[in-house]
Amino acid sequence: MTDILMPALSPTMEEGTLAKWNIKAGDTVSSGQIIAEIETDKATMEVEAVDEGVVDAILVPEGSEGVKVNTPIARLKGEGGASSPPPAAAPAAEPAPAAAKAPEAAAPPPAARVANDPEVPAGTTFKRQTVRDALRDAMAEEMRRDPKVFLMGEEVAQYQGAYKVSRDLLQEFGEKRVIDTPITEHGFAGLAAGAAFTGLRPIVEFMTFNFAMQAMDQIINSAAKTRYMSGGQMQCPIVFRGPNGAAARVGAQHSQDYSAWYGSVPGLKVVAPYDAADAKGLLKAAIRDPNPVVFLEHEMIYGTEFDVPEVDDWVLPIGKAKVRREGRDLTITAHSRAVGMALAAAEILAGEGIEAEVVDLRTLRPLDTETIIASVQKTSRLVTVEEGWGPYGVGAEVCAQVALNAFDYLDAPPMRVHCEDVPMPYAANLEALAIPSVDKIVKAAKTVCNR
Amino acid sequence: MARQTQARKNGAAKTAPRNDILLDAYRDMLMIRRFEERAGQLYGMGLIGGFCHLYIGQEAIAVGMQQAARPGDQIITAYRDHGHMLAAGIDPKVVMAELTGRSAGISRGKGGSMHMFSVEKGFFGGHGIVGAQVSLGTGLGFSNKYNDNGNVSFTYCGDGAINQGQVYESFNMAELWKLPVVYVIENNQYAMGTSVERSSSEVELYKRGLSFNIPGEQVDGMDVVAVREAAIKAVEHARTKGPIILEMKTYRYRGHSMSDPAKYRSRDEVDEVRTKRDPIDHLKALLEKEGMADEASLKEIDTEVKRIVAEAAEFARTAPEPDPAELYTDVYLEA
Repeated sequence: MTDILMPALSPTMEEGTLAKWNIKAGDTVSSGQIIAEIETDKATMEVEAVDEGVVDAILVPEGSEGVKVNTPIARLKGEGGASSPPPAAAPAAEPAPAAAKAPEAAAPPPAARVANDPEVPAGTTFKRQTVRDALRDAMAEEMRRDPKVFLMGEEVAQYQGAYKVSRDLLQEFGEKRVIDTPITEHGFAGLAAGAAFTGLRPIVEFMTFNFAMQAMDQIINSAAKTRYMSGGQMQCPIVFRGPNGAAARVGAQHSQDYSAWYGSVPGLKVVAPYDAADAKGLLKAAIRDPNPVVFLEHEMIYGTEFDVPEVDDWVLPIGKAKVRREGRDLTITAHSRAVGMALAAAEILAGEGIEAEVVDLRTLRPLDTETIIASVQKTSRLVTVEEGWGPYGVGAEVCAQVALNAFDYLDAPPMRVHCEDVPMPYAANLEALAIPSVDKIVKAAKTVCNR
Repeated sequence: MARQTQARKNGAAKTAPRNDILLDAYRDMLMIRRFEERAGQLYGMGLIGGFCHLYIGQEAIAVGMQQAARPGDQIITAYRDHGHMLAAGIDPKVVMAELTGRSAGISRGKGGSMHMFSVEKGFFGGHGIVGAQVSLGTGLGFSNKYNDNGNVSFTYCGDGAINQGQVYESFNMAELWKLPVVYVIENNQYAMGTSVERSSSEVELYKRGLSFNIPGEQVDGMDVVAVREAAIKAVEHARTKGPIILEMKTYRYRGHSMSDPAKYRSRDEVDEVRTKRDPIDHLKALLEKEGMADEASLKEIDTEVKRIVAEAAEFARTAPEPDPAELYTDVYLEA
């Protein structure tokens, strides 16, 4: 007997819908035959048989949702001894890896007091929405509002987005405004910047920001600097967006956080939201902004659902941090996916009598120093969290601002939690060790609290 | 600059009387030559700093191309940009004042020789990274197509930039999307100190678009009449069909920049071009031969150009530097 297991069809897939079976009990299956269709939140994929044999039983009926990866979904009566070995759990090297995948997703979002945002009118309803769909809605709303807004990038149109962020935009706006590019980051970033010089408002999607390194010259030398170099005569209203930071198990060249790189460049605005409401409100603001905006998303939270207020035009201010959890004992700053880890850590710390205040930076340039300083003046202790490397990083900048503006308030040296100082490893245990984790944040928090 | 722009300002370059067109060209080329000579002088006096790339020898290209442009068309080039700006009809005073880093400069003293822009005249810079302007210029063409406005992007680059990868990324997209772009390769035969033969596996640069199905033509860039005729055809192609490449064979008389001693070529080589192929001498001879101008009327143009350049230099020398508070302005536009 050979079990056919629910396959992982992308680096980040954890579960999916078994949409359709093409086989039934008693059928003979040959290698390479398409046996089923599986839907993930990104795509519908066909599954090919690896092993050959006669179908003994379908274990998971079609239409089943939320089928976990590696669940047996069908059983074959083996032929000719061709059978897969059972999926052995990888032997864990010491120390055992912490849960590598989005521990924050499991933790219920702690009740957050919203600071700095526009008032949500009383009686407003909220809808549960993934970050992915919130980003899509933001683009769609702005494209409806302004005919000068268009989207270009690799696979944004016919394929509906490599991560499905641009789903249905081609259908609504047509190929004039939703444009598939060749794999040409340097070229299309420059082309889009040139178009923005004339007053068009391009949204450039990088499949990931790792590939934007090819385009960095245009982002910095052309988009960011031209306004200044022209004495204010030129403009470049453009958004460069896409997933940033570490995905899962994709190795060093596809797992880098560029926050600090772009955050250091005058002329750029840099936004890195965490939840769906911020993703929507800040992307709308970025598209309207007359300056070039680098908008850093995160693949690991595209599929996470949050509450999004159902108001007509949800636009948030760029340059404002958000206190996501109030606390008196220490301040934890974070942005993007790390906010979830910080919130989960705060929950654990609360159980041990330490009340952490979590400041979601949201915008990295201009950095909302005021909110950070006010928090540290209250708590006197600081831990910074980021997925980027430590040296010259976002945490380093936050620490410098705190040292400069709240030195006398500090009761302990601040600590930084960040990616280890290595290129991202592939092995599951090493990867988990390299990136920030809830555990690391809890440890750092206890250290600065002398606990 | 009143008279020199009459013919093209009216968008009537193709139909204006031939002698007006050629006299305009003569005056514009002379303006660039005298302007650049004066810029070189001011550089020597320490009034202009940093990099300063002079256009002397290449005047026929910017001027001949501009005669095929109509209002709304865009021009973009790299850092050897003074000539294109003057040809586009930008006031020499504000260009020279930018070179001296004064607040009256066209970029308010913040750009310098390599970074000047005039949205009003359709001049989109003035870019310092070799080849970057080709992608940007392709984007200007993209915008024209998006807005369906019938305008053409004149995207210039040199024989050095033509070996940059993003140039080919741009060619590919331009032809794929049929963007109205005329790519003008100003082949002055040296990318800084490296000759085309030493840097390019295919030295016939007009062929560089062939694998993208972009047609190309080689033009004598020292002959403004030839440039103008090629430009008119190319612009028509760009407006109606898509991108096209013009390779202008030309020569720069000065070093790559003011600080380049130009040891990579012989004095004889430079003198040969100066004496036998000079674009201004060539046009002057043509004007006289065809009886379109006599010695006296050309002298009159000479005198006027010299006066304008002298005034520009004086303006640039005496205008105040930017206020220190200007350091922090123009980084962002208020949202």
